[in-house]
Amino acid sequence: MTTDVDKHNLEKRRAHIKKRYKAERRFRSFGIAAVSFGLLCVVILFTDIIGKGMGAFRQTYVQMEMTFDANTLGITDANDQAQVKGANFGGLVKKNLRDAYPQYKTRKDKKALYGIVSSEIGLILRDDLLANPEKLGTTETIWLLADDDIDMHYKYALGTDKQVGRISELQKNIVDELHAAGKVEKRFNRLFFTNAASREPELAGIKGALMGSFLTLIVTLILSFPIGIATAIYLEEFAPKNKITDFIEVNINNLAAVPSIIFGLLGLAIFINFFGVPRSVPLVGGLVLALMTLPTIIISSRAAIKAVPPSIREAAYGMGASKMQTVTHHVLPLAMPGMLTGTIIGMAQALGETAPLLMIGMVAFIVDVPSSITDSATVLPVQIFLWADSPERAFIERTSAAIMVLLAFLIVMNSFAVWLRKKLERRW
Amino acid sequence: MNMSEHTQQNEHKTEGTPLLDDPRMSTRGVDVFYGDKQAIFNVDLDIGKNQVLAMIGPSGCGKSTFLRCLNRMNDTIDICKVTGSISLDGEDIYDRKIDVVELRARVGMVFQKPNPFPKSIYENVAYGPRIHGLVDHKVDLDEIVEKSLVRCGLWKEVRDRLDQPATGLSGGQQQRLCIARAIAINPEVVLMDEPCSALDPIATATVEELISELSERFTISIVTHSMQQAARVSQRTAYFHLGKLIEVGDTDQIFTNPTHQLTEEYITGRIG
Repeated sequence: MTTDVDKHNLEKRRAHIKKRYKAERRFRSFGIAAVSFGLLCVVILFTDIIGKGMGAFRQTYVQMEMTFDANTLGITDANDQAQVKGANFGGLVKKNLRDAYPQYKTRKDKKALYGIVSSEIGLILRDDLLANPEKLGTTETIWLLADDDIDMHYKYALGTDKQVGRISELQKNIVDELHAAGKVEKRFNRLFFTNAASREPELAGIKGALMGSFLTLIVTLILSFPIGIATAIYLEEFAPKNKITDFIEVNINNLAAVPSIIFGLLGLAIFINFFGVPRSVPLVGGLVLALMTLPTIIISSRAAIKAVPPSIREAAYGMGASKMQTVTHHVLPLAMPGMLTGTIIGMAQALGETAPLLMIGMVAFIVDVPSSITDSATVLPVQIFLWADSPERAFIERTSAAIMVLLAFLIVMNSFAVWLRKKLERRW
Repeated sequence: MNMSEHTQQNEHKTEGTPLLDDPRMSTRGVDVFYGDKQAIFNVDLDIGKNQVLAMIGPSGCGKSTFLRCLNRMNDTIDICKVTGSISLDGEDIYDRKIDVVELRARVGMVFQKPNPFPKSIYENVAYGPRIHGLVDHKVDLDEIVEKSLVRCGLWKEVRDRLDQPATGLSGGQQQRLCIARAIAINPEVVLMDEPCSALDPIATATVEELISELSERFTISIVTHSMQQAARVSQRTAYFHLGKLIEVGDTDQIFTNPTHQLTEEYITGRIG
């Protein structure tokens, strides 16, 4: 009889094993499908952004004969800085354009002609003359920054019937002529990295936003790292376990889930209205983002402290180490990698944060590159938001380019976090 | 808890010779509570100078809890409450005047699982002298480290790699290092909580030998699961059962001629 039972069990077991393997395979394929879907989304996102944004790293320049005519400029001495600064460079550019294309006589045609080069080109020429006063009265062949619409047309619609941006037939003809003569070219867009925001897309850059982000993050880091770690250590190692600490713990976890715009409102009400911190400055941005980052740092630091084996604490106490010595000599060094990882992830979050900064005025249009934490500034994600909102076609390209820069920073920060964790963990 | 309840609950009487003349440590009427649950009932026990006292008993009998009262390691557990008196050289160690940090320097401890600090071998042994400010010069510290390691028979094995991580040592070496670390601050008493339970038989033999050697200089109290180990290393043995100290006596007597029935059942393997 037993053999029959054995046989029966064997068959059942075999059938069951098959089922188990099948379930395992199914589970694995689900996993692979999920990962592939995620990867696919990332690839699509990256291709889209890179495809749209790469163009912004090249900028169209047109070649022209430029005569620094003293009469047109209305100056007599190029060494006199005050004179040069007040000179009519706009008129100079226009005159040179008219001289180059005498066939365009009507007002409308002339206006289109002037639209070939950037409207701020006069400022560039002014700086050039200020630096090289001997150029007054001479003629030279120079490359001028093209207007954004010309830039768009040259990059995406040259030789086609496509209409990209606000460009007239006349301008198209001029670009075609220039192109045939080899007088148009795309160069690396240095201005994108050295300029702050501008109304003119061809002059707009991310340096201001980058500096703003940098200063804001410094404030955030200086505030949230020590406060977060001190809080975590106190709560884990020193605080008595009672209702008050439970209440604090619940609130910290809550804080992590609060929508970030609420932090912006808080910053507006407390830092700006109550304490009178100036608006739009990295200081107040950093304060708000520090509040927002704190829960992340506290929670990950507490997890890191909890992960320190109790046997190490026991060993230290057993040796007669005081609580403080136990924490600083043994717990902290072991928990540090986890704490740093949490901090970097929190910082990366803060770098990408937009909503709270809108509430505290960091959304302003700021043309100067901030140099201290009390200068008005904007940050990279807000700059992206602002550009995405602009109607000019060329800003679409710049939006994607700025996103690329932001993503690059985030990837660098997160990779650094991973690297740091690996490196510190491997020490023993 | 009023007095009548107290005596009722602790009606049992410890067999044998729990009390000694001129003890190093002595406990009187020690009760230990974890929250509402009482883990130790009215223990009176003396620990003699330069003796090895073994504490044996089935799992959960409270021997480790009792051991951890002797250097106030239970202080780190919030819900743990100790009543009664425990004294070291006649001084009550639960007295307010006693600094727990200083107490633990006088009553060292070795744990069940080897727990070296994740630092170098040198740093492990040097840690105690350093935090207690025992040395002023590096030379003195070097000497203490060497002496402690020599005493634990580890010096020859590690002297070329003192700067290597202690976690790279074998289990037995790690435990000996932990003992070296404990004796580096020259404690009066060394408490050992099942120091060999995580070691293989060869490492266990080495550590047991070490314990016998150390008993010449230190008072040692060891909790062990292994009766053979108790028989090999100790001069006196205390048998705990369900939080009560059942019997104390010379090790030879306990293992050959126990008085209490529970002790006999335990050492003959009927309970455990």
